[in-house]
Amino acid sequence: MLPDNDTQFDASGQAWLDQLTARHRNDASRLLQILREMQERFGHIPQDAISRLAERLGIPRARIESVASFYSFLHLKPQGEYRVLFSDNITDRMLGNQALLEQMCQLLWLQPGKVSEDGLVSINTTSCTGMCDQGPALLINGRAITRLSHQRVQEIAQLIRNRTPMSDWPADFFHVGDNIRRGGLLLDNKLAYGEVLHTALAAGAQSIIDTVKASGLRGRGGAGFPTGLKWESCRKAQGSDHYVVCNADEGEPGTFKDRVLLTRQADLVFEGMTLCALAVGAKQGFLYLRGEYRYLLEPLRAVLQRRRDSNLLGESILGKSGFDFDIDIHLGAGAYICGEESALIESLEGKRGVPRNRPPFPVTHGYMQQPTAVDNVETFCQAALAVQMGADKYRAIGTEKSSGSKLISVSGDCAYPGIYEYPFGVSIREILQDCGAVNTRAVQVSGPSGVCVPESEFGRKLGFEDLPTAGAFMVFDDSRDLFEVARNFVHFFAHESCGFCTPCRVGTSMLKQTMDKIANGHGTQYDLNEVENLDRVLQTSSHCGLGRTACNPVLHTLKHFRPAYENKLKSLMFSPAFDLDGSLARARQMTGRDDAGAHLKETE
Amino acid sequence: MSKKLRVATTSLAGCFGCHMSFLDIDERLLALLDLVEFDRSPINDIKHCGPCDIGIIEGGVCNAENVHVLHEFRKNCKILIAIGACAINGGLPAQRNHLDLGSCLTEVYLTEPGLAHGHIPNDPELPLPLDKVHPLHEVVKIDYFIPGCPPSGDAIWKFLTDLIAGKTPELGHGLIKYD
Amino acid sequence: MSETFQLDGAAVPFEPGQTVMQAALAAGHYIPHLCYHPEFKPHGSCKLCTVKLNGRTTASCTLPAEAGLNIESNIEELNALRRTLVQMLFAEGNHFCPSCEKSGNCVLQALGYDLEVHATGFRHLYPDRPLDASHPDILLDFNRCVLCELCVRASSEVDGKNVFALSGRGITKHLIVNSASGLLKDTDIALTDKAMEVCPVGVILKKRVGFSQPIGARRYDQRPISAQALDDAPRQVDASGNCKTCEDAS
Repeated sequence: MLPDNDTQFDASGQAWLDQLTARHRNDASRLLQILREMQERFGHIPQDAISRLAERLGIPRARIESVASFYSFLHLKPQGEYRVLFSDNITDRMLGNQALLEQMCQLLWLQPGKVSEDGLVSINTTSCTGMCDQGPALLINGRAITRLSHQRVQEIAQLIRNRTPMSDWPADFFHVGDNIRRGGLLLDNKLAYGEVLHTALAAGAQSIIDTVKASGLRGRGGAGFPTGLKWESCRKAQGSDHYVVCNADEGEPGTFKDRVLLTRQADLVFEGMTLCALAVGAKQGFLYLRGEYRYLLEPLRAVLQRRRDSNLLGESILGKSGFDFDIDIHLGAGAYICGEESALIESLEGKRGVPRNRPPFPVTHGYMQQPTAVDNVETFCQAALAVQMGADKYRAIGTEKSSGSKLISVSGDCAYPGIYEYPFGVSIREILQDCGAVNTRAVQVSGPSGVCVPESEFGRKLGFEDLPTAGAFMVFDDSRDLFEVARNFVHFFAHESCGFCTPCRVGTSMLKQTMDKIANGHGTQYDLNEVENLDRVLQTSSHCGLGRTACNPVLHTLKHFRPAYENKLKSLMFSPAFDLDGSLARARQMTGRDDAGAHLKETE
Repeated sequence: MSKKLRVATTSLAGCFGCHMSFLDIDERLLALLDLVEFDRSPINDIKHCGPCDIGIIEGGVCNAENVHVLHEFRKNCKILIAIGACAINGGLPAQRNHLDLGSCLTEVYLTEPGLAHGHIPNDPELPLPLDKVHPLHEVVKIDYFIPGCPPSGDAIWKFLTDLIAGKTPELGHGLIKYD
Repeated sequence: MSETFQLDGAAVPFEPGQTVMQAALAAGHYIPHLCYHPEFKPHGSCKLCTVKLNGRTTASCTLPAEAGLNIESNIEELNALRRTLVQMLFAEGNHFCPSCEKSGNCVLQALGYDLEVHATGFRHLYPDRPLDASHPDILLDFNRCVLCELCVRASSEVDGKNVFALSGRGITKHLIVNSASGLLKDTDIALTDKAMEVCPVGVILKKRVGFSQPIGARRYDQRPISAQALDDAPRQVDASGNCKTCEDAS
């Protein structure tokens, strides 16, 4: 039901689309990649193009609409020529993104969420774009722009008004810094390209798995599953093909270490993937790159090509006959849930990113129902290091149950935001000292789905023994309202819920409403009870981790910062979520009345 | 004999169907009167509610007067019961929630031929309509709900006798109905 | 002798490949459910069938039966959860039972009855979901959709047509049909399709046949859903090789 007046999909558009689908072998499992390229070319997915695409791929058009409508960066209705998306993580908010968004809307004469009347520009917000250490940030037509200021917003508005092609915009706008503040095992490695593969080939597949197992390496994406065990299960699983998937859908707000690894250590990432391929017996690998990091696509492809040219990818890698492996890069299109491994696999197959029912697990039934090893970007790097160093040396770093090092993405209220590498076991206090944080009230460890740690617990240590983390470390000083932090995270989860299961689809929305009600000064004790009830339902019955952790920000802040909620409550009496007097405004307007009877008090 | 419970009832944006159903408890009404006495209610035409043990309200909240009455009940009743589909989810009146109130008024009083002499009534005696119709529980705290459109006399009887006996009311198959 | 698992203290036999839900229903034990349908592959989205296994909660319709599992289902903690889920579904859509021709035959409503849900409790979302009355014989009332995907599954798995699909994400997720106009009249749906039969609520309706059953004679007027669901479930073949449900159906 999306009628629009598409003039863009003309004969040349159709010829282009036919070429595009041919390049993707008219393969429906490439649907998301095709849609992404269509979005880049047309600025949205034209209705007529959907019909054509359905014919070419031999799938129902409803399936194409179904997939396209799932991803935030794909649009079924025409958007502006310039599509501006302000990153809306709490760290962007703390750096003033709301004022900047308002400024840009004023300069360009439009409202957020709308397309300007001349079709020139649309402005909206998006979930964290992974630029927390150099925010506020935004995306324009998929390209990241960092370090926004009022002056920069003014310049951008001017460029848009003048319809300046983005290729002619100042290069400095698009600069993304690495901000590596503290190196270690991983960031300071001096390995030559292929060095680990030589070692691995000499050792053999079983020995790789043994080493990774003995190293104690656990997944760096947050869940911490033992990597060697996963590889072993995948290797043993029956299937016509085995696959290796690198999860670079770094969507957890406050996390940006994979971005830096893919910028600075791409070879090590690919080396780790190739190593895994050797271990599990895979011929094909995928790097699933979040859409926000679109700008990394060409550089990464160049790295892959160089590796092919050096016989580090392709057939008979390093001359070893039968060791064939290559890597394809798939881009996401704005869906946090695709960071969940089974949703990621669905997305890789060109579908909506809905988490699968488990069991079976991806190691036995993953991509195309074949055995698949899915690991985080950092995990592949650490695995390569572990194989190169040997299990004992690797295990000597970190703590007993958390071996090796961990990259931490530090942002928020501190002097030196950026990437810090520490051996596991580092305390929160130590990191706060290193990053120049003062008067810290709380740290959000591992993003919104993680843990909010108050000052009294800054002695706690990062590691699987105490505080497991995917790497996000957002610092809040004593000027911050932790209720607002939690409310931002609750909005994030409601926006990113895939909508598959009842508790998460409805619960995150209800939770958002209730937090907004409290923020708007209509909250009462009953609303706090409702929050606790929703939390219980989300935690116990959600389909996947998103729903099960969506209440964490509220639970943790309610535990440690309850007064931040209570001082917003109106009274102990129940109060409506809406403005009673305001809901008479339309009738007042229509009748011209303004007498005492034409007004209402909230309670009497 | 212990003191009788004081009960008040009223209809807001409803059709009095729930009250009719209430009367459908028939001769059991006499048994009920041994247990309760009525404060404000259409049954006795008392206009304002004093302190009560139980308040029973049918109908949703669609105008300013509904809000005043609801607040009066909440202030005076220890236990407040929403009865019927309209009180519980807005019911039939809430079907207008998809329309803009201004266009409704325009359609009724200005566009269509009628008796209003081409103007939207603005007499201060008339309560102004809210832009949306709300179930009771969105405006005040509601303690119990008796679903049905209307609930049957048997359902109302079972619910009230449970409540008066100090039991958490249960309706069970056959008595619980949403239609 | 087949293997068994424990459900609320009772031993439930199962065949290899069965889920906990399938085995439980076949053995005459009811677990509340909405998106599960015996003829389709389990989906696991409504979460009404959530059970407790070793202290963890999980959907029983997708949980493979295994010998020795100790499962709790009919306990107040889970029934309270189910009540809230039913309330959420009512608050999410526009469910006005008195004017719905599916009333009395509606699974969502019957679940509400069986679980003693007296009210939605939540703030209603009142979403704007226009009807599709374009088809001469079929009405689509999206207001009542609970997103169980049974029509989606029936149309693709049984009818081989893909008339229905889901669009959007999160709370904006909604049912769409497979046509460029977005209208049902331009799809290849037929009255005889399986997809016409499976809607548990009042979204997919045959025109001109509504309210034909009098109140009192409707499906869930007679028996609560907990009893009705067991009657409908494919039952274990008894020793003589007879299957009661199959005989009743024929």
